[in-house]
Amino acid sequence: MTALRTISFTLNGKQVSAQIAPHHSLLEVVRNDFSLYGARESCGQGLCGCCTLIVDGRAVSGCLYLAAFADGAAVETIESLDRDNVLDPVQEAFIEEGAFQCGFCTPGFVLMVKQLLDEHPDPDDDRIRDYLSGNLCRCGAYPEILRAVKSAARKRRASKAA
Amino acid sequence: MPSATMNPTPSPPALAAEGRVATGPQVGRSLPRLEAREKVTGRAEYTHNLRLPGMLYGKVVRSTIAHGRIRSIDASAAKAVPGVYQVVAGEDVIKVIPHPYYGPAFHDQPILAIGKVHYVGEPIAVVLAEDPHVAETAATLVVAEYEELPAVYDELEAAQNRVLVHDELKPAGTFADLKHLKGVRGTNIALDYQLRKGDVEKAFAEAAHVFEHEFRTQKVLHLAFEPFVSIADYKGDRLTLYTASQGPSFVRIEIARLLGWPENRVRVKVPFLGGGYGGKLYIKLEALVTALSMIAKRPVKVSLPMEEVFYTITRHPMTFRIKSGVDEHGRITARRCEVFWNGGAYADIGPRVAQKSGFTASGPYDIENVSIDSYALYTNQPPAGALRGFGVPQLVWAYESHTDMMARALRIDPLEFRRRNITREGGRHATGTPLEDAAVEKVLEHVAARMNWSKPFDRGTGAVRRGRGLAIAIKAVISPTTSVAIVNVNADGSTTLYCGTVDMGQGSDTAMAQIVGEILNIPAESVNVVPRDTDVTPYDMGTLGSRSLFHMGHAVKRAAEEARDKIASLARELGLPKGSNYSVADLFQKKYGMQAGNIVGAGVYKPDYVPPQPGTGLTPNVTPFWMVSGVGAEVEVDTETGHVRVTRLLNVCDIGRPINPKICESQISGAATMQLGFTMFEKMHFDGGQVTNASLADYKIPGFHDLPAAFENETVEAYQSNGPFGGKGVGEVATFCVSPAIGNAIDDAVGVRLTELPLNPEAVLRALRAKENRPLEDA
Repeated sequence: MTALRTISFTLNGKQVSAQIAPHHSLLEVVRNDFSLYGARESCGQGLCGCCTLIVDGRAVSGCLYLAAFADGAAVETIESLDRDNVLDPVQEAFIEEGAFQCGFCTPGFVLMVKQLLDEHPDPDDDRIRDYLSGNLCRCGAYPEILRAVKSAARKRRASKAA
Repeated sequence: MPSATMNPTPSPPALAAEGRVATGPQVGRSLPRLEAREKVTGRAEYTHNLRLPGMLYGKVVRSTIAHGRIRSIDASAAKAVPGVYQVVAGEDVIKVIPHPYYGPAFHDQPILAIGKVHYVGEPIAVVLAEDPHVAETAATLVVAEYEELPAVYDELEAAQNRVLVHDELKPAGTFADLKHLKGVRGTNIALDYQLRKGDVEKAFAEAAHVFEHEFRTQKVLHLAFEPFVSIADYKGDRLTLYTASQGPSFVRIEIARLLGWPENRVRVKVPFLGGGYGGKLYIKLEALVTALSMIAKRPVKVSLPMEEVFYTITRHPMTFRIKSGVDEHGRITARRCEVFWNGGAYADIGPRVAQKSGFTASGPYDIENVSIDSYALYTNQPPAGALRGFGVPQLVWAYESHTDMMARALRIDPLEFRRRNITREGGRHATGTPLEDAAVEKVLEHVAARMNWSKPFDRGTGAVRRGRGLAIAIKAVISPTTSVAIVNVNADGSTTLYCGTVDMGQGSDTAMAQIVGEILNIPAESVNVVPRDTDVTPYDMGTLGSRSLFHMGHAVKRAAEEARDKIASLARELGLPKGSNYSVADLFQKKYGMQAGNIVGAGVYKPDYVPPQPGTGLTPNVTPFWMVSGVGAEVEVDTETGHVRVTRLLNVCDIGRPINPKICESQISGAATMQLGFTMFEKMHFDGGQVTNASLADYKIPGFHDLPAAFENETVEAYQSNGPFGGKGVGEVATFCVSPAIGNAIDDAVGVRLTELPLNPEAVLRALRAKENRPLEDA
């Protein structure tokens, strides 16, 4: 069998290490070695966004991102957002607007929306559609997601102003 | 848009014995889904996430040919791969399950191919290993040899019975109208449904105008984002299945039948589903993992990659020949419908699609003479089953395109033509069943008003032309079916609901909790809805066909009512005066001297039904409720490229009284979005039976950029008088009319008529060029 090697990285702020094979994806490692199930494999081609992970501050497709490349990186998953049992404003907005149905794609959307609002605190419809065009929702909760993004943007601006 | 109200944490339910303290109405609240927090934090449970100790992973090896006899399967190279536990083929399955054929209508589908393969992608073997990558690598080394047989892919060719998919038909015995097909040879027809009302031939002869058209739909699929996944844990005399299934009760019954076991030795557990849309019904991977776990004597998980989902279940492609006679006043006097459903290699639920949707093929129109023939056909394609509408979106594409084509030919406005012909409230459907609580007229008029139909419409003059279209449709619910629910009031007054409806995103857990809350006068948020587990949750026919809110809603309501009545009689038994303010917890305390005991209410619901007369299909009661919807669409067509932009999509539905208005609205917009994909671009492409675009890279589904600029989702004021709190099903209703409304709008814009889906740029450009007498060459 393929030789294993050890990688070390921070996962949701904690220093961790894992034994990996060269073909292991970062998605497999966070799910199988650390039991973090918020990121999921769906299309397996980096097209749907269900497997979204944050590596060194950027969203990546966890199903295509080789674990070996995460050696020394800072990795964050959806589970980092409510660490103190307090929801992120994006998560609150998703609940209030009902911006999901089955919920399978939702963690990926939440992470992308958070990154969108970090870059563009007050996005218009076109910006939102463009930025989220790499995330798909088969239940078709797009109108509700659009409303949730705007609501989350308002929440973030309000909490900054306060 | 008002945002949903987040209620404060409910106080412990305080339910007085008599004259209870009001919590406020629970039905009609736009309560966020009970599991909302788990979903946005990534912690909701899906079968996808589950791992059991000692579990093996199975990788399926699939047929590379569409039809043929298996000469040999050589697994020696695969078995030699380090880490491979076992390679299993059909002959191994027979040793543990002697008759390994399953299906809801026909027992035709083998767990793994035996003797023959019937479509490209049919499972022929499985490699088991502890490491899924090892199983995947080894699976590529399994070599099968076949003796190829001629294959038939097209439904009209299949109806000729020149190439036969199966040697002999094997109906399951569950359905009366399939019994005559037992043991029949020499045919691909898995059901020939007929409806006969009046005399169509005579009416055609007397009609002022006769129109005849043929429409087709393509092969599309559900593509739930949680791909098919099942785990079996066989323990000698017990079997536990963890599966992403829309029908845990069916799975239990069918697996018990395959094993020759009583139902109570099979346990089926279903957490949330990452989408279903009709794909995860009946048996998908459950029988396979059962056999694998029996053979390996270890838990086995099979989790399909997206590519293999394309070879599991799809929607039915269809050809619909429709002929109508119209009198001099623009009234339709006769209609003949011939519908050919391409069911693929195994019947799955296809024969029910052919019948239960077939009988609505003449549409929401009041027509004196109707003849319907609806054929379920076997072909050598991946199997087809239920997909959000159970065949109705395909039918409506045809009959509402046909409606517009007639109106245009007769120079009658399409809205006016529909007004002259729709069945109004209290009229009768072609089956003879009254159309009650079916807001056909209201929906049509709502669409017309919101589209400003009577006002002039700017169609443009340059290369980009604009057009508008509308459509209207009805659907019956699959009947008769049964649901059972249990409500358990605990000693502290907290309440637990046991119901088998699968929450796959439609919000059923929340709606059912609202019904319990309404009856017991407690906040819906405080109700614990137990995840589906057949050891605990009682029977339900399945989460399908928009039946749950109505059928399970009634069962849940009855269970809650029984619990409420038992609480009241306990209060009487304890001699409490009427109006005394004892809480439920107090009652238990008084009765048992401590916090102890339960009150259990059970509810069963099965609607009345009169089976259709054989031969004529006529019946006074074919369905307990009707679904009704209409669509108005506005499009821009680029005449140079054929590109169509849907600039406005208005969905109008009769959903009775919504139990949870906000969730209902998202069901409407979600269904319309899905159907927009099936209308504009989704299509499985085939070459020699092989899907050539079996991935999300090559099979495009709607994303953010495909949403119409104006996307309106509305309901008409309605009340389903026999429904729970006036409610009825809402999951499918918004799919029906999207395709024909857009097709009609394209015709309105550029004067070309497309009769086959999808309405992609190539199809539109071909039609435009053909109209200009300079057709495009075939690719």
